[in-house]
Amino acid sequence: MNPLYWWLTLAVLLFCIGAYGALARRNVILVIMCLELMLNAVNIALVAAAQFRGGSEGAGSLFALFIITLAAAEVTVGLAIVIANYRNKRTVQADRFDELKG
Amino acid sequence: MEVTPYMKIAVALIVLLPLFGFVVTLLVGKRFGARAHLLPVAMVSATAVLSIYAFEWVVRHHEEPFVWNAFTWMAAGRFEVTWGFQVDTLTGVMLLVVGIIGMLVHYYSIGYMHGDGGYYRFFAYLNLFMFTMFVLILANNYLLLFLGWEGVGLCSYLLISFWFGKKSASQAGKKAFLVNRVGDFGFTLGMFLIFVTTGTLQFTGVFEKGEMIGAGTLLWICLLLFTGAVGKSAQFPLHVWLPDAMEGPTPVSALIHAATMVNAGVYMVARSYPLFIHSDVAMLVVMVIGTFTAIYSAYIAITQNDIKKVIAYSTVSSLGFMFLALGAGAWAAGIFYLFVHGFFKGLLFLCSGSVIHAMGGEQDMRKMGGLRKRIPVTFWTMLVGAIALIGVFPFAGFWAKDEVLGGAFVGGHYIVWAVGILTAFLTAVFAFRLIFMTFFGECRASEEVQHHIHESPKVMTVPLLLLAIPSAVLGAVAGWPPESGWIHTFLEPVFFDVEHEEFVWLGEGGGLMLFSVLVALLGVYVAYQLYIRRTDVPGRIADRFPLAYEASLHKMYMDEIYEVAPIRSTIGFAGWLWTFFDVKVIDGAVNGLARLWDLFGQGLRPLQTGRVQNYALSIFAGMLALVIVLAWFWGA
Repeated sequence: MNPLYWWLTLAVLLFCIGAYGALARRNVILVIMCLELMLNAVNIALVAAAQFRGGSEGAGSLFALFIITLAAAEVTVGLAIVIANYRNKRTVQADRFDELKG
Repeated sequence: MEVTPYMKIAVALIVLLPLFGFVVTLLVGKRFGARAHLLPVAMVSATAVLSIYAFEWVVRHHEEPFVWNAFTWMAAGRFEVTWGFQVDTLTGVMLLVVGIIGMLVHYYSIGYMHGDGGYYRFFAYLNLFMFTMFVLILANNYLLLFLGWEGVGLCSYLLISFWFGKKSASQAGKKAFLVNRVGDFGFTLGMFLIFVTTGTLQFTGVFEKGEMIGAGTLLWICLLLFTGAVGKSAQFPLHVWLPDAMEGPTPVSALIHAATMVNAGVYMVARSYPLFIHSDVAMLVVMVIGTFTAIYSAYIAITQNDIKKVIAYSTVSSLGFMFLALGAGAWAAGIFYLFVHGFFKGLLFLCSGSVIHAMGGEQDMRKMGGLRKRIPVTFWTMLVGAIALIGVFPFAGFWAKDEVLGGAFVGGHYIVWAVGILTAFLTAVFAFRLIFMTFFGECRASEEVQHHIHESPKVMTVPLLLLAIPSAVLGAVAGWPPESGWIHTFLEPVFFDVEHEEFVWLGEGGGLMLFSVLVALLGVYVAYQLYIRRTDVPGRIADRFPLAYEASLHKMYMDEIYEVAPIRSTIGFAGWLWTFFDVKVIDGAVNGLARLWDLFGQGLRPLQTGRVQNYALSIFAGMLALVIVLAWFWGA
């Protein structure tokens, strides 16, 4: 079997775990961690595809590098929001932030 | 025909000078204080001279009217209206009346309004009035005429309620405006109908097609136009505004509510002569309304005690007389009456103003008397006006009134003629009742008022004298010989194919004249007996016939009838509209719609949980759906 499929299977598994965690966990920090998990799953898929399918030189790896950079920025902003929210509400439980309830 | 440029310039200036005077005086007149009259009076004097020039031009070229379409006012498809002017002999007569009386009233106002707080405003309005009145009579199409028509209505409103601090004055202004709206509505509909039927509003274009319009349509056109005339010229049942209009300053009553504006209705019907002539029913309506108004208001005038109210009802009666003439087919006689009536009725109003001025603002004749020696100029000029009004040979009213009655008689309208004679009798009674109560007998004013009685200044008495001259001689100048005088030949191009009825036998005309003069003199004699010799008799008559007396004194309860029928029901209807229709239906619909959207929104509310993970779930679900759909299509 083509080794690419194993890598892709791993990526899908990681993505699903991340998606489940992001939707189901109440703790915002855990949610952010799960987002990272999803991003890294995508990274694995991109790098694996670049390795086994070839194509334009290093384009897949380049995407992965961009994603790592963006993920760093994103998690910084995300954690800053979490801290700011914590100062107001003394909690990091996502379901307690419901001021916008209609 | 080649028109001299002078005439164009003259017509343009006649219209523009008063407009200029109005604008300047309104804007900066206040700074000139007691000299604010200088510009408006100068403007009006110039227009009077130009009016005489235009009149003289018409005399020289009376076969062919002067027509000048200055520029297009508005155009849309087939519809085109110009600022077009027309001077024919009918316009010439009107120009003379408006120009000369307008000028004299301006001079008179200098004295009468002296020291009034709104001095400059008064003259500004008067100039605006002159502008709109000239537009009205010079227009060569119905819409421009209507512009002037509404303009004079506006000025009438502004000047009636000139002393707006007085409640009754502002109410009277509103009343005049609203009652005229009724008539103007008819006029507007008439114009619509004319345009739909003939495709134009130009007089010449409309009148060319006058004969071809179907009888039913033509009747409607004439009746609707006449409705406008009924409002403007204060005919029954829309006459109620004119007596109340006496709340305005007296020069206004003389200029607007006697000599010029109220004639606009008569003028318009005369102008529409080629339409009316083809509709016998419309002519009959005009005649009946005119005749009824004439006798009706003469009857009211007999018991009024306010000196201006008497003359006001007399004016309504005279206007009725004019419509009587037009309706009876005596077109030239009707315009003749309008012509001389402008002068002597303007004179009577200005004289009454002079009396009021002398009495320190008193208008009740019961508190006057014996003024003959104290204010001789006013007395003599007013006497001339009264004699002219009742139509005694050889004063102006005699010639005109006689032609009107003669026209009715030879037209076979004997009942109308009889009513006219009765009206003439009543006119003589109330005119000399006014003269006797004001100028003869003992003075009934308080000591203090008596002490201050004084003749008016020159600037007021000279216009009186200048109006007294035409009131005395104009009839003979324009009307001799009877039935074929100068005015008839002059107006012939306008009233081109009137069937001229002749008296059946020689001396019939003379007999009628003699009879009407005798009736007038009888009226004077009756007034003399009642108000000089046996002053207790009028009260006894009133006690004997309380119903007739009260009806006359209360103006036939016309205001009360209006109060009950149209006004109350309108207010009631408006109240229903407010409490039911507006609150329940309109507000209900709006609120109901709002509630519907509210319910809809309430239904959607649970979607907005405010929890970020719920939103994330929907994003995820959406993305998943998208992926599945894309995979489906790519797979296939």
